[in-house]
Amino acid sequence: MIVEIGHYALILGLVLALVQSVMPFWGARTGDVGLMRVADVTAPVQCAFLALSFAALTYAYVVSDFSVLNVVANSHSEKPMLFKVTGVWGNHEGSMLLWVLILAVFGAGIAFFGGNLPRPLKANVLSVQAWVTVAFLLFIVLTSNPFERVLTPPAEGDDLNPILQDIGLAIHPPLLYLGYVGLSISFSFAIAALIEGRLDAAWARWVRPWTLAAWVFLTLGISMGSYWAYYELGWGGWWFWDPVENASFMPWLAATALLHSAIVMEKREALKVWTVLLAIIAFSLSLLGTFLVRSGVLTSVHAFATDPERGLFILLILMVFIGGAFALFALRASELRQGGMFAPVSREGALVVNNLFLSVATATVLLGTLYPLLLEALTGDKISVGPPFFNMTFGPLMIPLLLAVPFGPVLAWKRGNLVQAMERLWWAGAASLVAVASIFALFGIDAWIKAIAIGVAVWLMLGAIAEPLGRVKAFSSPLKDTARRLINLPRSAWGTTVAHFGVGVMLLGIVGVSAFEEEVITTLNPGETASIAGYEFTFEGMRPNTGENYSEVVARYTVREDGLVLTVMEPSRRVYPARNFPTTEAAFHTIGFSQLYISPGDPTDSGGMVVRFYHKPLVTLIWIGTIIMSAGGVLSLMDRRLRVGAPMRARKAKATAIPKGLEPAE
Amino acid sequence: MMRLAVALLLSLMMALPAQAVLPDEVLDDPVLEARARDLSAEIRCLVCQNESIDASNAQLARDLRILVRERLVAGDSDEEVLDFLVARYGDFVLLRPPVNTSTALLWFGPLIVLALAGTAILLRMRSRRPVPASATQALTDEEKARLEALLNSDQK
Repeated sequence: MIVEIGHYALILGLVLALVQSVMPFWGARTGDVGLMRVADVTAPVQCAFLALSFAALTYAYVVSDFSVLNVVANSHSEKPMLFKVTGVWGNHEGSMLLWVLILAVFGAGIAFFGGNLPRPLKANVLSVQAWVTVAFLLFIVLTSNPFERVLTPPAEGDDLNPILQDIGLAIHPPLLYLGYVGLSISFSFAIAALIEGRLDAAWARWVRPWTLAAWVFLTLGISMGSYWAYYELGWGGWWFWDPVENASFMPWLAATALLHSAIVMEKREALKVWTVLLAIIAFSLSLLGTFLVRSGVLTSVHAFATDPERGLFILLILMVFIGGAFALFALRASELRQGGMFAPVSREGALVVNNLFLSVATATVLLGTLYPLLLEALTGDKISVGPPFFNMTFGPLMIPLLLAVPFGPVLAWKRGNLVQAMERLWWAGAASLVAVASIFALFGIDAWIKAIAIGVAVWLMLGAIAEPLGRVKAFSSPLKDTARRLINLPRSAWGTTVAHFGVGVMLLGIVGVSAFEEEVITTLNPGETASIAGYEFTFEGMRPNTGENYSEVVARYTVREDGLVLTVMEPSRRVYPARNFPTTEAAFHTIGFSQLYISPGDPTDSGGMVVRFYHKPLVTLIWIGTIIMSAGGVLSLMDRRLRVGAPMRARKAKATAIPKGLEPAE
Repeated sequence: MMRLAVALLLSLMMALPAQAVLPDEVLDDPVLEARARDLSAEIRCLVCQNESIDASNAQLARDLRILVRERLVAGDSDEEVLDFLVARYGDFVLLRPPVNTSTALLWFGPLIVLALAGTAILLRMRSRRPVPASATQALTDEEKARLEALLNSDQK
């Protein structure tokens, strides 16, 4: 019964989305306030129905209702409760339901928080949002219905892929979807602006918080996915340039560019057309990512279920939305006038450099991801485009971009002065040169890649700090004044500083583990010892253990440093009987920012085991850096300039002279 | 008893595919082994999804790793090892595709995009003349007042 309610709620959600895709849009065309107001009701109610639908599916998982096909295929009665719940989106149908639920949550968010938007803009944005919702709800109802029943329910389910039975599944997909889908808001705003043919600085101010929020989620989602792969897939890799990773990375690159170009648009009314185009591109890349992952064009761990019919449907959605958006853009872009002028050396100039390199980097990843598919379709030749290609092309593009980062915040708008900028940044530059020189001194001239990368990381971190320090005249005024000024800096300035600092931290982690990782592959018998980077690992033996829904053999290693016991590490090898699926669980131990990592291998006939030890210097900085970046985004979101709603409400009494149709919607 | 339990469990897991680089594959000569590792990262495990033979657990990857090492021990250069594999499996085996007519667009695409975009930006900045005020000010007076109020809301 509850499952049927969920199914019914899903269809009601679709009906409401259909209403919302037509009525507010028509209202905005004809100036009918009543029709425009429809979206204020349909968006939250639609969200409630989809939430109900999602809750019904979750219930079916929680009680292991094996009359539902989706539950049979992906769950098992003995699965721990956490994984019963996360298993709801650990499969194609459920993850698409989560996708539209988040889409509806964002739509409801606009209906609630968009009170200060001009009414026609709000109506159009919500209509465009509903077009996307309708497309994906149709996709779910017609090709991927999670509520489908089975005629003869089996006694037991097929269980969830054990690799997915991890806390990572609770965190990574929801965050990633919040990011992917959050970009739909920027897209809807862009389309609404093109439909209305109006685009001003206020538009950028309204779009920026949504884009920023989506960016924060996307950053965390990708980062947590990377960490999950690092500890679960067994050999401690954290980025594989896998097509599916690229599918999430491309929208991230585009969203990062969009964040920066929206700043220029908001402050200077420049780069308008480009910002709108980026908003379209960012969400198009999200859709493309969804298509690549869900259609089975690319095979990977992420493609739970692949089906050509579904692929075709998503391709259709893709063509309609991306094609339609670009066609609209081509029609209307020429009507949007460019605003403020600026000199090449200026903050705008620096942000243009940012956009140039981020866009080219996005294009590079896109090219590398799609090229093998296109080439095979056109000529039948099969080629592989793997990590060596991306490292060779993407890497060099990042260096000029990252070198330019510290300049952006210290240059003035309109016309900047490089000499003045260097007055603030010289010490960061000097420290980074010292870092480069010391790497050369330690490792010789061959280590130039390491040297450059570490130099850039130091430059980024210190350069980020240099901006607020320079702004508050640190070192040249009394400490008390400096502290007071630091506290009073706007949060968005802090956001920039923190986020840019995080990029440097992440880069340091990447260099640390890529350049200085040590690895030992060996076979140990109980009592034997291997050593790596000054740490000694003694194999104590193996013992059996039974988990909630698996059996495992746990190997025990005592780790010593200088003869003193540091810790005990216990990697294991598991079997999940439900699927008869073996996995390995690596063990890791964090020392400072570095980690020791043990990946267990096959047992040998003599009672020993094959094992891989790694010392991964600074590896945790990769994820700490991305968390710092996200924290910067959150700080910036907390800036009151972005929360335009609050001061507007206080001033509402004065705003009576606003013409009809433009008054705040709430 | 415990020993038996471990043995039983391990026998269950024997179905596990062999792991990436195993101790018995490792060459005694560290220089050759380092070359083998670097080469392995460039070679695709043909039956895997998108993995190098260095990272893959598949049996074929193991065979290829051993093959690479055999060629290196026999005195092949890195180039010769890769050529040998390409002759056997085609360009598909290389994770870094060769530069030829069908991949030129792939390799030079990023540079072309960078050059085009860079040129476009430069041309635009040079040719930009101040736009007539009427074109930039499509807003009515009331709208301007509202915009002003929004943009200044933080300075209160």
